[in-house]
Amino acid sequence: MHMADALVAPAVAGTMYVLSTAAAGVSVKEVRKQASPEKIPVMGVMGAFVFATQMLNFTIPGTGSSGHLCGGMMLSALLGPYAGFLTMIGVLLVQCLLFADGGLLALGCNIWNMAFYGCFIGALLIWKPIMKKGASRVKIALASILGCVLTLQLGAFSVTLETLASGVTELPFSVFLATMQPIHLAIGFVEGLITTAVLIFVYEARPELLWGVGETSEKKEGKLSLKNTVIAVAVAAAVCGGVVSLFASAFPDGLEWSMEQVAGTSELEAEGGAYDTAAGIQETTSLLPDYAFKDSESAVGTSFSGITGSLVVVLVTVGACYLFKFFKKNEAD
Amino acid sequence: MKQIEDNIRELNKLQNLQQRSHWMNRLHPLGKLLVCVIYIFVVASFDKYAFDKLLVMAVFPAFCFIVGDLSLKDGLYRMRLILPLVLFVGVFNPFFDRKVLFSVAVAGSQMAVTGGVISMLSLMLKGLFSVLSAYILIATTSIEEICYALRILHVPKIIVIVIMLIYRYFGLMGAEADRITTAYMLRAPKQKGIHYRAWGSLVGQWLLRSMDRASAVYESMTLRGFNGDFRVKRKNVSATDFLYPFIWIVLFILLRHFY
Repeated sequence: MHMADALVAPAVAGTMYVLSTAAAGVSVKEVRKQASPEKIPVMGVMGAFVFATQMLNFTIPGTGSSGHLCGGMMLSALLGPYAGFLTMIGVLLVQCLLFADGGLLALGCNIWNMAFYGCFIGALLIWKPIMKKGASRVKIALASILGCVLTLQLGAFSVTLETLASGVTELPFSVFLATMQPIHLAIGFVEGLITTAVLIFVYEARPELLWGVGETSEKKEGKLSLKNTVIAVAVAAAVCGGVVSLFASAFPDGLEWSMEQVAGTSELEAEGGAYDTAAGIQETTSLLPDYAFKDSESAVGTSFSGITGSLVVVLVTVGACYLFKFFKKNEAD
Repeated sequence: MKQIEDNIRELNKLQNLQQRSHWMNRLHPLGKLLVCVIYIFVVASFDKYAFDKLLVMAVFPAFCFIVGDLSLKDGLYRMRLILPLVLFVGVFNPFFDRKVLFSVAVAGSQMAVTGGVISMLSLMLKGLFSVLSAYILIATTSIEEICYALRILHVPKIIVIVIMLIYRYFGLMGAEADRITTAYMLRAPKQKGIHYRAWGSLVGQWLLRSMDRASAVYESMTLRGFNGDFRVKRKNVSATDFLYPFIWIVLFILLRHFY
């Protein structure tokens, strides 16, 4: 499922780098908070272990073919989501540099498609809730198979979206999706079975090595902190501005359409000194006319405009809120 | 078993290349990393129909392979892993995009070349250039040096240490995987892969041994003064270290916008 550099456009690669960096930032912070330097060598050696096990072939019963392990879910079950995510980043970077499996430009996409889903969705939304009241063979099998299948499906879906957003293929979305999802359903199931076998062995030999088993009394955070809310909004804005803006309709909006129907044009001409002055000021100050770089029609310009626009709106809104708060406080005093 | 042997052989080959006393190996790793990333970025930014313009970007790999005494065969061999997905994505373009861009005279008759054919060729070329560029980087720069460059770029040290450890232990783990597979195959001849009954015990035992090895590694690192910090020997910067990335980056921009 490794994406190659040729399959991603710079705008898509940049957006995915931003998202993966945000997830890596959270992970680094969480691992530092745990303050356990002994975990670092474990992460390194486990990364090398996963890398090496990917080269072993496992016979798939009844088919005559063989499959191999990807390891994201297994790493999370042993190291936890944050340390597992950082380890997967290391594995993906080394794979891309040493064996050209993936690419430097596509690294952000690959981290998101393979490490993010495997470690965060797999560990936090599947493994942890299932293991909350203790582990058993059935629970491990359920969490491993469900986790591997679901995270691989999400990863394959992201590959389809990223490739189509990059505009490198003429394949229709439905055909691409119909090819990617079933293949990865089978791969996910086989990986789930292998992960189950290994984790059940670990559970029976050294159960204390499994992460998140029997953790019922974790502190509950009722509200999102201001910082987390700001980060979440910023990431959502970057995604909408950077990726979704690429799919913005080229057709006129409702108002423009109505004007076109009534006046025959979507942009009314106005004459007079005041109009000319205003138009001149607008032309000089508009850095990104028509949501693109000046004299350019590249998709990068659209994404850049989207992200810049979101950033400006967020800054103005936050500034206005603080001003409002300042005046309210003065009134109260 | 062949895949493990191939990977170990490829790793050893890369390590030998990285240890050469070539001037390209002595360049500052940050400059080489930036040139590689910017080159891939520029190549990926070309329009899907700009096959002719994209061809000019061959100057960088051509220069590095000739001047750097690198094997093109080894570089091309690295395409094998990304080729299936790139092929799958690109091979359907000629069927869906039938817009005729130009015609070519072949044996007296005119052959129409469609947009789909051109976009497919562009995709292959982009894949080839990006793989070759990454090969140039890794063949002339060790992982330790790349990690050093990543630290200069403020990549968190925990990620950098993990990358270095993965690289250092991969050789060891690869050799162990090779031994395990050989031992298993000798006991189960003519069997394709590891039988499902042995999945848990075989990999599980190996996993537990690796975890114990990680503890031993941590203890030995602590005894040698490891406190979670990452120290590397600073590299001296020469004029060539500035000139190399500067010239290439200016050339990439010129080729991208003015050719």
